[in-house]
Amino acid sequence: MKQERITKVCLLAGEIMLKNGAETYRIEDTMTRIAQAYGVEDAQIHATPTAIMFAEDMTSPTNFVRINVRATDLDKVSKVNSISRHISAGKLTVKEAREKLLEVEANSETYPKWLQIAAAGFASGCFTIMFQGSWLEFLPAIIVGMIGYYSMLSFHEVLKIRFFAEFLASVFLALSAFLVIMIHSGLDIDKIIIGSVMPLVPGLLITNAVRDLMAGHLVSGITKATEAILTALAIGAGVAVVLLVFY
Amino acid sequence: MLIEQLIVSFFSAVGFAIIFNAPVRVLWQSGTVGMVGWIVFVGLSRVYDVNIVIATLLASVIVGIVSQILAKRFRTPIIIFNLAGIIPLVPGGMSYDAMRFFVVNDYDAAIATGATVAMISGAIALGLIVSEIINQLIRNMNWRKYHSEYDRKGVASLDTD
Repeated sequence: MKQERITKVCLLAGEIMLKNGAETYRIEDTMTRIAQAYGVEDAQIHATPTAIMFAEDMTSPTNFVRINVRATDLDKVSKVNSISRHISAGKLTVKEAREKLLEVEANSETYPKWLQIAAAGFASGCFTIMFQGSWLEFLPAIIVGMIGYYSMLSFHEVLKIRFFAEFLASVFLALSAFLVIMIHSGLDIDKIIIGSVMPLVPGLLITNAVRDLMAGHLVSGITKATEAILTALAIGAGVAVVLLVFY
Repeated sequence: MLIEQLIVSFFSAVGFAIIFNAPVRVLWQSGTVGMVGWIVFVGLSRVYDVNIVIATLLASVIVGIVSQILAKRFRTPIIIFNLAGIIPLVPGGMSYDAMRFFVVNDYDAAIATGATVAMISGAIALGLIVSEIINQLIRNMNWRKYHSEYDRKGVASLDTD
C-alpha cells in the first residue's frame, strides 16, 4: 500500500511538471529524488513530452501517465521543485507531500489573463525599441502585440489543431499592423511587426530543447526542437500571407 | 542610447517572465538576465562591430552563466532565467527579413539571410552548452556559502538547485 502511495506521489509530481513546461530531464531527476527519499532506491523512470513511465524497480509493474494538454506555468514547476527539495530533506510524509502537490495542481495561473496580455503588449513595444525602431512605433507595437497575443490565446482555446492558432494569430497581428499604418502613416511597419511577433516566439521550447538534448534526452529534445521549428514556421507563414496580399 | 536599451530590455524580459507565469519573487532577476544578455549583444554587435553570430554566442554564454548563478541563489529552475535571457537574442528581425525577401521573390537575399538566422540559432544553443560546461567547472569549485539545510547531498546531476 505504501509503495502504491509513493508511486502516486512521484507520478503526480512528474505530471504537474510536464504539464507546465519543465524539461524532461528535470522531471526524471525530481521523481528519482522523491522516490529515493521515500526509500525506493532503484526506481525506473522515463519521461517524454507526452507521457511518464514509472516502475519501483526493474521487475515490478510499470505505471504510466499520459499527458495531453500542456501549458506554460513556470511558477508551478518551481513550486514542485521546492516540494521535492523538502521531501528530500525528509520534512514531508507521503501523505503531506500528496496534499501539497494537489494544492499546487489546483492553483490557478499566477497572473490573470489581462496582465499576461498587457505584459505581452508591453514586451512588444520594448522589442520594437530594441530592434532599432523609434519611440513613435512604441505605442502601435504595444497595441498590435496585445492583439496578436490575445488572438493566439483565444484561438488556442477554440481550435484544437496544433500550429494553426499561431498561424491565425500572426495573420491577425500583421493585419492589425497594416491597419495601424493606414490610420497613422509614416511608421515603419517592419519594426512594428517584428516587435509584436516576439511574444509568439516559442522561447520555452527552444530553451527546453537545448537543455534536454544536452542532458542526453534525445527523444524529448528533438521532439521539442521540431515543435519549436514548426511553430516558428507557422508564425512566419501567417505574416507572409498578409505581406503577399498587401505588398 | 545604451541606457535606453538597458531599460527597455529589462522590461521586455519581465514581460516575458509574466507571459510564462514565472514566480513573482524572481521577476526582477529574470529582467536582469535579459538586460545583461541584451547589453552584451548590443555592445558587441552595434558598438564594437563584432560579427553578429559571435556576439550572439558570447551573449548566450553570459546569459547561461548568470542564469546558473541566479538559479542557485534563488533556488528556482534555471529555465526561467535562461528563457528571459535567450528570447531577445532570438533572430526575430532577421527571420522576418528572410521571409519578406521570399515574399518579394528575392531568393538570393532570402537564402543568405536564412543561413544567418540558422547560424544565430546555432550560436544560441552552443552558447548555452558552453555556459553549462563553465558552470560544471564552477560548481566543482566552491558554492558552499549558498547551500542551506534543504540541500541534497551526494547527488550529482545537471540540476542546478
